[in-house]
Amino acid sequence: MEAFATFAAVIAVGILVVVVWSVARRGAGALNLDLLTKDPVDFAFGNVKEGLANAFAGTIVLVGLATAMTLPVGILVAIYLNEFARASVRTGVSLALDVLNGVPAIVIGIFVFGLFVVGHGQSGFAGSFALACLMLPLVSRATMEILALVPNSLREASLALGVPRWRTTLSVVLPQTIGGIVTGTTLAVARVAGETAPLLFTSSIVGLRTSWNPHHALQSIPVAIFELSEQPDPADHARAWAAALVLLLFILFASLGARWLATRGRRKLTQR
Amino acid sequence: MSSVDAPVADASRRPFRGRRLRLGDVLLQGVAGAAALGATVLLGLIAWKVVDGARPSLSKFGLGFITRIAWNPVPGHEIYGAASFLFGTAITSLVALLIAAPLAMGIALFLTELSPRLIRGPVTALVETLAAIPSVVIGLWGIIVLGPQLRLHVEPWLHKAFGFIPLFGTPSSSGASVFTAIVVLTIMILPIVSSITRELFLGVPHDLKEGALALGATRWEMTRGVVFPYARGGIAAALILGLGRAVGEAIAVTQVIGGGLLVSWNLFSTGDTLASKIANEYQSATSRLQSASLIYLALILLVFSLVMNVAAQVIVRRVSRRMGIGVSR
Repeated sequence: MEAFATFAAVIAVGILVVVVWSVARRGAGALNLDLLTKDPVDFAFGNVKEGLANAFAGTIVLVGLATAMTLPVGILVAIYLNEFARASVRTGVSLALDVLNGVPAIVIGIFVFGLFVVGHGQSGFAGSFALACLMLPLVSRATMEILALVPNSLREASLALGVPRWRTTLSVVLPQTIGGIVTGTTLAVARVAGETAPLLFTSSIVGLRTSWNPHHALQSIPVAIFELSEQPDPADHARAWAAALVLLLFILFASLGARWLATRGRRKLTQR
Repeated sequence: MSSVDAPVADASRRPFRGRRLRLGDVLLQGVAGAAALGATVLLGLIAWKVVDGARPSLSKFGLGFITRIAWNPVPGHEIYGAASFLFGTAITSLVALLIAAPLAMGIALFLTELSPRLIRGPVTALVETLAAIPSVVIGLWGIIVLGPQLRLHVEPWLHKAFGFIPLFGTPSSSGASVFTAIVVLTIMILPIVSSITRELFLGVPHDLKEGALALGATRWEMTRGVVFPYARGGIAAALILGLGRAVGEAIAVTQVIGGGLLVSWNLFSTGDTLASKIANEYQSATSRLQSASLIYLALILLVFSLVMNVAAQVIVRRVSRRMGIGVSR
């Protein structure tokens, strides 16, 4: 049994190493400044080559907008659930959020398609909204957990001094949670930066030029990787690996960084 | 989520009788409550929109869609059915879970009981990092690295050694096959199941474990007799969540599964799952009926994932209430 358990752990780490190594080796070869800064160029007959700047710009806009959409809503939901709601409401809404977390990304894509794209065409806003739906459960759960860690003595002291409830929540409790919120949001961003399926329906019919305007569809890194991976040309595969390397580096850096910050922040908060 | 059960000092939450309501309090509670309501309503909105999009196909084919093996978009002869993709989803997800479950539990055991303390942290982080790799990157690796390896080395060997079982029929001609999809899905659900199981195993009370060992049980007997039964409910939830993840995975699967109507037991043939069919065909769908039928597939997927998720959440909440710990993912 012990041999099997060790073997299983070795396999898991081994797979991770193999995948990351593949991406690193093949991606590094094709990664150059041109890829990041030049747009794809159509050399006629559908032969599209050169860079992926439109994808990198698009992802920044899409994820940025999604974060801007999710953050206020997620924090407000967490505040309501933690500070105001009855236990039954809290359980119900938490359950709804956890179930929302489990809805497949492709179904979310179809949902946003039906909601915003039908009749209006694809847009960066629709894509960001889809990503925001994916981020919401993560951000609100993280905020709820960190809000629960803030000691009640802090709230009670503030209230005892005559500070109104709303002021207590916003000026006394919330600043304590900023670290946790940043961590939760970073993890949500890391998760969503790599999502392809929702963007396929909402922001995938794109031009070749880099655009920062979310009113029409924007190319994104995961969709670019997806499309390039289905091509037969090895040059396209090389660009896919390079984009995957950048994406992976960003996600790993964000995830590990966020988790390290989280342990540090939690330790600081509970040591009070 | 310990926050669900953490006792909140009621003094700060009891309504202040006789105290006049402050505008700020009302505003904050109102706005925050609206956000919470919106988040809950979102689920209902999703369900409604998906049903709405599937309506043309729902009204034309009804429930017979679910059992029909067909997918013909040729105009004039259009007919659609989900059965082949239900089969594809079932076979890929269930086999992936079958392989991933013991591996995940092995990993969890390794990380909680067997490994030296020093490497526990790093190895846990490494396994969780596997979960962070985007599905499109795993799919890319699957098409270019894994698929050809499986086609060249693994599938012919399996066919030669076990070809009498219909599962291991003629090896695929390209790397794309249900088998590759199963391997990819296993890789994707492994970290989820193992991290939940690991936290469950950590929550088993020490005195129970040490009691068994003191009575002379071997470590395996202790695990089998104390840890597993104690964590039984949570393990079920972890498996359901992993299954849900596998069922919903569209991108990595569509990249490696090859496409087509899956009608054979041969794991090396190509096919499609519910999710991969949607991802594959959506952008090239020509008629309204075809799009609606694809959304009908999404509806089936949604129903699956809702049922599985609610079941898993209910189990998790009942288990953590009983054990008094939070199970966070």
